[in-house]
Amino acid sequence: MRVVIAEDLALLRDGLIRLLQAFGFEVVEAVDNGPSLLRALTTHRPDVAVVDVRLPPTFTDEGLRAALEARKQVPGLPVLVLSQHVEQLYARELLSDSTGGIGYLLKDRVSDVSQFVDAVRRVADGGTALDPDVVAQLLTRHAREEPLQRLTPREREVLGLMAEGRSNAAIASAMFVTEKAVSKHTNNIFSKLGLPPSEDDNRRVLAVLTYLGMA
Amino acid sequence: MDGDRRAEIARVGLVTCLRGLVQAVLALAVGIPLFVMTVLSIAFIPLGVGVFLAPASLSALRSFANIQRMWAAEWSGVPVPLPYRPEPANAHNPFRRLWWMLSDPATWRDLLWLVVNMPVGLALGLLPACLLVYGVEGMFVAPWLGQITAYGWGPFWPLEAWGIVGVVAPVALGALLTAVSLPVGPWILKGHALVAQALLSPARTALAERVRELTETRTETVDASAAELRRIERDLHDGAQARLVALSMNIGLAEQLMKQDPEAAQELLAEARSASGQALTELRDLVRGIHPPVLAERGLDGAVRALALSLPLPVEVGVDVPGRAEAPVESAAYFAVAEMLANVVKHSGAGRAWVRIEHTGDRLRMIVGDDGAGGADPASGSGMRGIERRLAAFDGTMAVTSPSGGPTVVTMELPCALSSPKTSPSSGTG
Repeated sequence: MRVVIAEDLALLRDGLIRLLQAFGFEVVEAVDNGPSLLRALTTHRPDVAVVDVRLPPTFTDEGLRAALEARKQVPGLPVLVLSQHVEQLYARELLSDSTGGIGYLLKDRVSDVSQFVDAVRRVADGGTALDPDVVAQLLTRHAREEPLQRLTPREREVLGLMAEGRSNAAIASAMFVTEKAVSKHTNNIFSKLGLPPSEDDNRRVLAVLTYLGMA
Repeated sequence: MDGDRRAEIARVGLVTCLRGLVQAVLALAVGIPLFVMTVLSIAFIPLGVGVFLAPASLSALRSFANIQRMWAAEWSGVPVPLPYRPEPANAHNPFRRLWWMLSDPATWRDLLWLVVNMPVGLALGLLPACLLVYGVEGMFVAPWLGQITAYGWGPFWPLEAWGIVGVVAPVALGALLTAVSLPVGPWILKGHALVAQALLSPARTALAERVRELTETRTETVDASAAELRRIERDLHDGAQARLVALSMNIGLAEQLMKQDPEAAQELLAEARSASGQALTELRDLVRGIHPPVLAERGLDGAVRALALSLPLPVEVGVDVPGRAEAPVESAAYFAVAEMLANVVKHSGAGRAWVRIEHTGDRLRMIVGDDGAGGADPASGSGMRGIERRLAAFDGTMAVTSPSGGPTVVTMELPCALSSPKTSPSSGTG
């Protein structure tokens, strides 16, 4: 799998390269600023890009802008955005075109290597990887609403993991239950929220995020 | 020595009399024509010719006032600082020059002084000389001249009807008056200088008020930022720093155990990873409190929208600010809005809130409203007091209307200029 990395701190950039290479990714280019990132994304058209939000030359949201611009030129280009802080605002902007292949995680999550690599693969496959912090805020915001109140605590937990973009199998292993039990929960959730049932993981995640007003 | 002093007093007294006479003469001889000229030239501005005449006569008025300022300082030791606004770069343009002079309150205070100085300058200017002349007259002229001719002027002497007393008394009283008038003269002149100082100095009250206000807000700001630094230091010391120490200890221990007890080593490493996660979370919260990253990245608009999205109630955000304010002002504005919204969440019981931020003239206005219970009192909450202080450091203001039963509307204003507009990606967020 071909990856482009954008990170301005050499230490982190080298760490990411080493980590992804160790898991069989091919790092086609690692850049350290916004304009190079846009060029690398549009010329290499990688299977997935791992992008830091804040990059030179402005040290603002250069990376995010470059990623959004690249996805405008190459629709559906999978991008996993990393940041020291997560904002619902940015998550919305990333998810706004509803084409999938989007990840948005705190940099801290890299420390859980297997989960992180899983997220990169998921995004490369056109899936979603949303940071638990963003999801938690999202659920708090909608907690008072009537349909969500009808969910059991267990179902709400499943909903959160689903919103993060995880498959039934991943949810099952995270909750130490069988996949069957998870799919029972998801069916309940979908019927309680009045969403059309779907077997496709990605479409299911987007449905949940749309319901929560995110995508 | 004593004689020297007396001679000096006499010399100063005489000089003072002359100076007073000069001032008295100028008060009318220059004052009246100057006043008429100034008023007429200003009145002629609508006719066009005044545009050129008024700056000329106002310049003359300033020169005359400047002479008075110089004399007040040199003769009486009463400093009268120049109150005029600095001349603008484009003052060769007659209209700009006219506007510069007419819009300066000092111009009108000059004119007021000119009028007041006519009677006051005349009276106080003549007084020292009159006292001296009258005393001298009592000593040398009145007792003798009265004998020779019908001598009509003066209320005190001659005292013809009193015989010898009528001769002695004017001499004694005249000597006394002369002796007193010489040292008193400078005080009278100083009185005149003080009148000039009152009108010709920069408007003192507003200035003093401003200094007091600045001193106060500066002290509060310095105190607040010292307390803030102290808090950050404590948070770092007890939080992230302590966790990093534990982290490096765990890693060191894991390194030791790697060979003998790989399982224990793995456990320690897992612990270390979770400790690093907590340290990062704490650092992130700390950074948010100092300067939210999204504010640096997206400015006030994006930061307030991001904040609104993270709150557990719907917040409608409208921002109309074409450009970015200076970073410190932007930060103060952001924290003011953030604190207000935190209050809404904590205290108001509101179902929804709204924020409007706009820039009009040279002021940034932030309005935060909610449909909650109202009854918010800026005097009682330390949060609101903190915002007021934060805003005051930038000459900002805050007004709260919060009737019992709601709604609450808080209007905050900060004077600020904007830098050139910065493009931001269009986003479907609201």
